[in-house]
Amino acid sequence: MRHNLILRFIAKFLIPVIVLFALYVQFHGDYGPGGGFQAGVIFSVAFILYTLVFGLTTAERVLPRSVLLILACLGVLIYAGTGFATLLRGGRFLNYSVLADSPTAGQHIGILVIELGVGITVASVMLIIFFAFAGREQN
Amino acid sequence: MIETLVDIILLAFLAITAIAINRIRNLFAVIMLFGIFSLLSAALFVILDAADVAFTEAAVGAGISTVLMLATLALTKDHEEKVPTHRPWLPLVVVFVTGVALIYGTVDIPDFGDPQAPAQQHVAPRYISDGMKDTGVPNLVTAVLASYRGFDTLGEVTVIFTAGIGVLLLIGRGAGRRRDEEDS
Repeated sequence: MRHNLILRFIAKFLIPVIVLFALYVQFHGDYGPGGGFQAGVIFSVAFILYTLVFGLTTAERVLPRSVLLILACLGVLIYAGTGFATLLRGGRFLNYSVLADSPTAGQHIGILVIELGVGITVASVMLIIFFAFAGREQN
Repeated sequence: MIETLVDIILLAFLAITAIAINRIRNLFAVIMLFGIFSLLSAALFVILDAADVAFTEAAVGAGISTVLMLATLALTKDHEEKVPTHRPWLPLVVVFVTGVALIYGTVDIPDFGDPQAPAQQHVAPRYISDGMKDTGVPNLVTAVLASYRGFDTLGEVTVIFTAGIGVLLLIGRGAGRRRDEEDS
């Protein structure tokens, strides 16, 4: 598909929009539908589109597998780390109310951070799975 | 009235898609029908006012899993092979009995949105009345998922992470290739 001009043009136009929408879903999950899971999936779709149009080798140069693996671990660590942060501040595991001065502000911070962890893990795991399948095709 | 009509049409399409998936042997068409099936389910979730679930279904069911199945299809043949068919009587009886049991089970199910249903009586009233005060998050689904049930969601993220690691260990080429490069 590397020489298909229209496809390349449309993809280049669409990918930033998809990423922007993923970020909106990620950080607007408190107010509207969505959250880390959906945002992670949408974010990975942007990169899958990139891979389909520009090829696996180019995509892996942008996002190497080793980075994806680190990101997947990082997301889970951010989530679990938030739990331990609440423990250290004298609360119960994953009770975000102790993270800030007022309980609701703490809840806001906690939810934002763990949703970020969810998003990072989901996006990178989806890409890991996709790259694993797509890479097998090449061999 | 109009909602019932949309319900019936969507469910009819769902059934038609399911039958088509069963009958068609071209796997590419089957994958596309899977995508349509997920999209129809997402529309049904919207009608049930479950916007978050609909969102997930549309993104994961119609989006990612279609792509993943296409990637899998590239590794195999695109036609399902005809297997010698058994006599359909035993499966038919099993399906019939299970179906009757399931329909019998629905007789006792409370009406949709019934506030007296046991599922609405347990912790749901507390979430609805105190959710905004406790978390300050207007989207109740996010409040329950991320705050009240934060521990469960941590488990879910771990499951996804484990799935990724599992796929990587089974078919990831990273480890094998590195060994090849060392050899050469």
